[in-house]
Amino acid sequence: MYRYDEFDHTLVAERVAQFRDQVNRRVAGALTEDEFKPLRLMNGLYLQLHAYMLRVAIPYGVLSATQMRRLAHIARTYDKGYGHFTTRQNIQYNWPNLEDVPDILEELAEVEMHAIQTSGNCIRNVTADQFAGVAADEFDDPRVYAEIIRQWSTLHPEFSFLPRKFKIAITGAPNDRAAVKVHDIGLRMVAGPDGAPGFEVIVGGGQGRTPMIGYVVRDYLPVPQLLAYLEAVLRVYNQLGRRDNLYKARIKILVHETGREEFTRLVEEEFAAMAGENPPALPGGELARIRAYFQPPAYADLPASTPELDLALAGNRTFARWVKTAVAEHKQPGYAIVTISLKPIGGIPGDASADEMDAVADLAERFGFGEIRVTHEQNLVLPDVPRQDLFALWQSLDAAGLATANVGLVSDIIACPGLDYCNLANARSIPIAQEISQRFADLDRQHDIGDLKVKISGCINACGHHHVGHIGILGVDRKGVEYYQVTLGGDATENAALGDITGPSFSGEAITDAVETIIATYIGHREDGERFLDTYRRIGMKPFKEALYAAH
Amino acid sequence: MASTHQIVTANRLRDGAVVYLTADGRWSETLACGALAEDKATAADLLAQAERSVTDRLVVGPYAFPVALAPEGPQPTQKREQIRAAGPTVHPQFGRDTGIARAAR
Amino acid sequence: MPLIKDGALIEDRWTRVADETPLPDGPVIVSLARWQAEREGLTGRNGALGILLASSEAPEAIAEDLDRFDLVCLDFPKFQDGRAYSHARKLRQRFGYEGELRAVGNVLRDQFAFMVRCGFDSFAVADGAVALQWTRAMDEISVVYQPAADARATASRQRQHPAAVDG
Repeated sequence: MYRYDEFDHTLVAERVAQFRDQVNRRVAGALTEDEFKPLRLMNGLYLQLHAYMLRVAIPYGVLSATQMRRLAHIARTYDKGYGHFTTRQNIQYNWPNLEDVPDILEELAEVEMHAIQTSGNCIRNVTADQFAGVAADEFDDPRVYAEIIRQWSTLHPEFSFLPRKFKIAITGAPNDRAAVKVHDIGLRMVAGPDGAPGFEVIVGGGQGRTPMIGYVVRDYLPVPQLLAYLEAVLRVYNQLGRRDNLYKARIKILVHETGREEFTRLVEEEFAAMAGENPPALPGGELARIRAYFQPPAYADLPASTPELDLALAGNRTFARWVKTAVAEHKQPGYAIVTISLKPIGGIPGDASADEMDAVADLAERFGFGEIRVTHEQNLVLPDVPRQDLFALWQSLDAAGLATANVGLVSDIIACPGLDYCNLANARSIPIAQEISQRFADLDRQHDIGDLKVKISGCINACGHHHVGHIGILGVDRKGVEYYQVTLGGDATENAALGDITGPSFSGEAITDAVETIIATYIGHREDGERFLDTYRRIGMKPFKEALYAAH
Repeated sequence: MASTHQIVTANRLRDGAVVYLTADGRWSETLACGALAEDKATAADLLAQAERSVTDRLVVGPYAFPVALAPEGPQPTQKREQIRAAGPTVHPQFGRDTGIARAAR
Repeated sequence: MPLIKDGALIEDRWTRVADETPLPDGPVIVSLARWQAEREGLTGRNGALGILLASSEAPEAIAEDLDRFDLVCLDFPKFQDGRAYSHARKLRQRFGYEGELRAVGNVLRDQFAFMVRCGFDSFAVADGAVALQWTRAMDEISVVYQPAADARATASRQRQHPAAVDG
């Protein structure tokens, strides 16, 4: 993985000192809250319902065991012993004191981490495929470009006061695990006419109040032009994006109101005009320098299978079931990618205790090269597990309470913090996730139901990605009472789709029953091997609607 | 019957904790210590007082919210304020012993 | 309004003139609308001319006329309105404007460094006391990752050419 050099170390250390000074000036009265707020947000510090919340960047979801241990240490020392992994591959601490935050940032800087631009109207932490660099289906390693974008976007002088936040996601694989079509800019690595790697550039996707699927502004962008092109898109947005209405300020609205053709023309015109103005380049030497950090580790020549593994798979149903959900194909024979579910039955999606973080760090070293990934679905990944060690890993995970065999199933729910923590929320998300998880606690039943993505947001900002859930749940406030609107058929992958609303919303008491009704309808209609999403696409909303609202 | 009573709340600058403005102008973490405004004019007075605490850098973002009167003390009528008063419903161990009904469903 | 230039508090010799007000002697700053309506008279006038662009007014509007101005002011109606950062870079890097480029409006100490990188070289501030913090504001972050309107050597350039220095 990438390691800081003197420049990166210097910048992050200086940024910590700068923020310490800003906090001191706030406490001393030299800055008002209005002046301080954008400054703290640009360092990931929110003021939530009960306390400050610090959002720490995990750039493109890549963590070392050392960094994970530091996250655990921070949770113990400055917080209440846990952290929350988010849908943007970040971690959030829910209880820091204002004046401790500079110390926390200093602790993070020591292990090459920061909270820069995890909030605010700027370019946010760039996200990527959590299987980057190890996925069997990968075309090129997006981490290289994600790191390049991380650096370019850090303290960008022109783009720190955009109309609204700006999110970039990147994938190097045809199977999109990074939801690139619902980001402000999505980058999909593709081969150019000459076979050289480049990017399909997708602009104007997003969730929130006005969900939209992004459109392709450029079929193929050669690698050396990446940053200049991003800069052109951002400049058009910075100048023309709406600033009169918070809810219409994202780039998707600009694209929508300007029209795709005209927006594309504006970007290409700006890109062409910038050519002679020292645009950000990607010199070959710098590209090679960064790529060198992402060279494959020293893989051994290992068997895809061993008699012991075969025996365990045949004889231990619980283990076999876990393998079926948790293990993905690795590009290196003899190795596996293992997803660790942070969704224990009845648990809080994405929460991890300090002890669990330490346990995962230990396992990353024992069963890999000390690397961990964070997924936008709020799980963790061990990217390089020898297949022959799968059983031993599973036993260790089981001992740590981290072996729930539900990845990709109904209880692998995405949920935002909701009204339990968040200042923007209208309704709680976590208790709904917990109740659904408990209702479907039986893993046999979950495996029978199969692939199903339930995503819950506590407000229209859609941090819980409900628009792209197979079953999406949106919390709304009806006269001070929590209600939940349901959407069906959303999809965050390369076949991105926004869910359709079923009809009137459900009370907190009725929502889990509604989910059960939806699933029963699917089971009743599914044909051989059909996933929920396939059945929905085949039969449409009507049968679900009838089942849900039959009594009314 | 809808109550017109209000209490003024804010978050403390240093740690973000939920606090309530008391009748003598201090800030308490206990809802029951909050000064009860029985009408709009009193609520406006309390808010003006709270703004001075903003200037003094004690608290951030003060506002008034409605409460209902109950034998055990004032109760927030909105879910959001119930959760602010009692702590996250999903982490009972972090809730505060406020002596008021928890916000659990 | 106190004015900071080159890190020091200086006297502002410019007068900003409302659109309907007759022009006084000496250096004046006019709006884009007035410039467009009265360009003949303004050009023939004896005295330095400055122009103020609102954040909604793109610099393309004056790109052909830049040699007429000794001062261009870009307004930040509130500091969160970041359009003028792009406008400043275009004035410097695209249209080749080399005169004084002044940030006016809600201009705060914590944005000085970004403004300088985008090409601003003078700053109308509400409180002249912030001039005392100028050096600190400039020195807080010594590493830059992206080229801008200033001449600072980016981290990637210095990595590739260890001898590369600013300028």
